[in-house]
Amino acid sequence: MTEWLSPEEWTAIRLSLKVALVAMAASLIPGIAAAYALERGRFWGRQALDVFVHLPLVLPPVVVGYALLISFGRRGPIGAFLAENFGIVFSFHWTGAALACAIMGFPLLVRAIRLSLETVDRKLEDAAGTLGAHPVWVFCVVTLPLILPGIIAGMVLSFAKAMGEFGATITFVSNIPGETQTIPTAIYTYTQVPGGEGGALRLTLVSVAISIAALWISEWMARRVRRRFLA
Amino acid sequence: MDGAPRQAEVSRLMILDVDLHHQQGGFTLQTRFQSDGRLTALFGPSGSGKTTLVNIIGGLINPDEGHVRVKERVLVDTRQGILVPKHRRRIGYVFQEARLFPHLTVKQNLLFGRWFSPRRERSADFAAIVDLLGIGHLLTRWSSGLSGGERQRVAIGRALLSDPHLLLLDEPLASLDEERKTEIYPYIERLRDEGNVPMVLVSHSVPEIARLATSIVVLNNGQVTASGPASDILRHTKFFPQSGPIEAGALVETRVLRHEEPYGLTVLQAAAGTLTVARLDLPVDAPVRVRLRARDIILSLSPPEGLSALNVLPGLIAAMEEGERGSIDVTLDCGGDSIVASLTRKSVERLGLRPGLPVQAIIKSIAFDREALGSARAGNM
Repeated sequence: MTEWLSPEEWTAIRLSLKVALVAMAASLIPGIAAAYALERGRFWGRQALDVFVHLPLVLPPVVVGYALLISFGRRGPIGAFLAENFGIVFSFHWTGAALACAIMGFPLLVRAIRLSLETVDRKLEDAAGTLGAHPVWVFCVVTLPLILPGIIAGMVLSFAKAMGEFGATITFVSNIPGETQTIPTAIYTYTQVPGGEGGALRLTLVSVAISIAALWISEWMARRVRRRFLA
Repeated sequence: MDGAPRQAEVSRLMILDVDLHHQQGGFTLQTRFQSDGRLTALFGPSGSGKTTLVNIIGGLINPDEGHVRVKERVLVDTRQGILVPKHRRRIGYVFQEARLFPHLTVKQNLLFGRWFSPRRERSADFAAIVDLLGIGHLLTRWSSGLSGGERQRVAIGRALLSDPHLLLLDEPLASLDEERKTEIYPYIERLRDEGNVPMVLVSHSVPEIARLATSIVVLNNGQVTASGPASDILRHTKFFPQSGPIEAGALVETRVLRHEEPYGLTVLQAAAGTLTVARLDLPVDAPVRVRLRARDIILSLSPPEGLSALNVLPGLIAAMEEGERGSIDVTLDCGGDSIVASLTRKSVERLGLRPGLPVQAIIKSIAFDREALGSARAGNM
């Protein structure tokens, strides 16, 4: 296996998985919060939040990447603040790739959770309230388990989006082997050099395999959840 | 109609004290009543505001104005700005559609409220309630696989196990067929007679409240048209316009006197005499509440002879009032029990009926139906 893939290719695969998993995990809680706020919230600026969350879906990825570069870059206002106070650096670093992937996948995650929240029977939450559960507990022990299938679907979409993210990543953190070179940017590099067809094809096959595996795992998890509900 | 609620004795603990004004769309709820009953029925046609009222008591709807007190505890008082959130009201709510949590087992559903009730206030006995409701064999099942009757019993158990101060039952049997209803009635009766949680039952079925209620609040179009002890309210045909005069009747408490095995009959002792009914599967001396429907009672000036009916009670005419559609409700005092007969004006004039006149009330034994035989356990009736 190690002979089939070159060390550079392995590095790109490992980095891609790391970036995608971190992006998915980091956007999970903000994603649930945003979905809940958009679906249930009645506050000023809800419309604006809705548009803002969905922007990465409609903007060209390069634009998102450039916006990240000027705000989260080393000279950008947010980037400089985070680097000085917390030592968190995004620009030309794998964490920047994760940030770009998280933002690009965020609308997909929020949409999936929101659709699932829409179908939750509010009457069950009322019933939990009359049984003495504080609204926070109602959310944790009734709402959250009921939207689990939607959360799983959203996580898969977010992960898949992160595995395939190209435009925003390459604009924001460039294409540095071993640091920010993920599977898509590595494939792009192979196609730019003579004799790179083999590497591009191998990484493409790996990419297909990872995507199928992610779908399969999510189906399996969703089925387990459904079976519990309907047993 | 008398709009003012009856004042109960001050010495008894008032279980429910409600005075509300609430506007919802084009509907206005304007209700004021008190109840000290172990099972208070909220009775009225659909759209009369019953569910809105229990939702306000349970904390699912915030009323525009007024107060709600349960066992002297203020839950809502708009004038003092008190509005206890639903999770701190300690009011068990059994919904029409059970609302069991689909992601939890029956046992987890039952114990749900217990996770949230203060430790020192946990007095509901899990084993006893499971036993009383007959749901022990369901504990490990998922709620989605249960039948309608089972779901409602689990929902009642779940509400009881949260140690509520009051149990609201919003037509919990409405979605069930007659057979399932008769499966659940005995459990509610046991709760009423043996449990220590007072109940409020929303219902639009006269047989149901006649069987279960100790107090009745009649709602019509958002307003209380009558409230008081069940036996008082059920006597008046005029409070039940939607069901017609045929449904109204008197509740009479009796005891099993003896069984006449050769005829398959049971003799009940009422205050004014005996009533003979089809064989009841009850021990001698067991209490039985029977409902004598106003339309099933014939009045006679002299003791009847050569009649097939077995049940004749002597009594004095206590009152006469206009009933529905020109009929006249004649209330009899039969040795302390009140019995109402619904007669036509013509009959009243022909017999020369007037208050104080002694008459005989003839009741055909078939007038005792399954529903009317209240506290009898479900079984061979």
